[in-house]
Amino acid sequence: MKNKLIVCASPHLHKDESVSRIMWMVVLSLVPCGIAGVFIFGLSALWVITLGVISALVTEAGLQILSKKKVSILDGSAFLTGLLLAYNLPPHVPFWIPVVGSFFAIAIGKQVFGGLGQNIFNPALAGRVFLMASWPKYLTTFTQPLNYDAVTQATPLALLKEGKLLGDFSYLKLFLGVRGGCIGEVCILALLLGALFLFIRGYISWHIPLTYIFTVGVLTYIFGGSQGLFSGDWLFHILSGGLILGAFFMATDYVTSPLTRKGQIIFGVGCGLLTAIIRLWGGYPEGASYAILMMNAAAALIDRFTKSRVYGTK
Amino acid sequence: MKKFLQEFLKGVFKENPTFVLVLGLCPTLAVSISLINGIGMGIAATFVLLGSNIIISMIRNFIPDRIRIPCYIVVIATFVTINEMVMKAYSPALNRALGIYVPLIVVNCIVLGRAEAYACKNSVVNSFFDGLGMGVGFTLALILISGIREFLGVGKLFGHTIVKGFEPVLVLSMPSGALLLIGLLLGFFNLINKNKP
Repeated sequence: MKNKLIVCASPHLHKDESVSRIMWMVVLSLVPCGIAGVFIFGLSALWVITLGVISALVTEAGLQILSKKKVSILDGSAFLTGLLLAYNLPPHVPFWIPVVGSFFAIAIGKQVFGGLGQNIFNPALAGRVFLMASWPKYLTTFTQPLNYDAVTQATPLALLKEGKLLGDFSYLKLFLGVRGGCIGEVCILALLLGALFLFIRGYISWHIPLTYIFTVGVLTYIFGGSQGLFSGDWLFHILSGGLILGAFFMATDYVTSPLTRKGQIIFGVGCGLLTAIIRLWGGYPEGASYAILMMNAAAALIDRFTKSRVYGTK
Repeated sequence: MKKFLQEFLKGVFKENPTFVLVLGLCPTLAVSISLINGIGMGIAATFVLLGSNIIISMIRNFIPDRIRIPCYIVVIATFVTINEMVMKAYSPALNRALGIYVPLIVVNCIVLGRAEAYACKNSVVNSFFDGLGMGVGFTLALILISGIREFLGVGKLFGHTIVKGFEPVLVLSMPSGALLLIGLLLGFFNLINKNKP
């Protein structure tokens, strides 16, 4: 009977959840789109994922040993960062790209700030943007789907930007992921399966992802068309690029998004606004990663302005 | 003699203008793209620091307190002008590479900072060693930063390729990469200083 009776202050509700459990659940929810990515792009994608994850774990352990902290690579957060970074890379990058990217993501994106829970920016996206700024050649070379010989092909959004899109992507093809793109972003079906799992378990709420996707849809419908206003192909914009992956799995990162519900809606709308602006008028074909990073920087401010009133105070 | 050495070393290590006082970051970020630019900027700033420190400490008893900053600026601007003319005459390429940052030494906070914090209160010889130390400290910091940036960001040193097949980290040759690098170096030197008794 010893230790069965715990005397403590209220609230006495107990939920059998922990940070590391949630992290591993998110990893689990990301497995389907990884399998889809490997199926679509071949074994090279599996190598990129493996190297990204291993590098993230080794970096985390190494830095924690160096700074004499408790080694916490089993809590799943470094695993998740490495996995998400690899999902954001084209399938045929040189082997050192995911290694360097994961190192940067963990070392500069996370541990420099003090580790899990302290970072301002989503580490995986920080790693991706670092790679994008340093070796753009490799990060913008995509390959044909279902053709395992690494034949290059531009992404639908890049073709759209160059005005070379000739209707060769049906919505079904985009939904199933038969297109050029990053490993984890292509198969919308698998991403939605994972997201549904997270919704049902209550790990993410609708506030960020749905407002994000809705804003992108509305803006691309109004301004994205070539025949004047209100003629844009909004479904195409939602189904292509990294929007779904970003909206459900990266914009919802607990550490780098606002805590309040109202703040999360502002955050989602802001991400959508920036993504649409970059896609329609910016220099890059896709802007989800930059949009989320910029809103990450604003998350603390949003929280401050949407703080709810404590009951009983003015 | 030992005291002068102390004044000199203070600027290099204990009060390094870039890594400890965090002054003069604007030229540091702007010109540290290549090693040769870094060294050129460091020498130019050292010359101005030396000259202004000596003159200001000489006339420190004649400057009215209320208009001391304009007086310092006039002295500093004189040396910057000399410096720019010499540079234009003898190394026009470097002058072109450094561009606007040569005349901007006038408002370099290290120079004005040393005038205000040191030269106006100390003797000429002390000010000389202070200026020399600060200048050398600034130059060494610039060499470190621009060396790393040129080596990793462009893959070269003094314009020569060092390692064949190395794919340069482009971000380090951009301003964002310079900010990242300076932040990391600052943290690193703080860590070393913290562990010192």
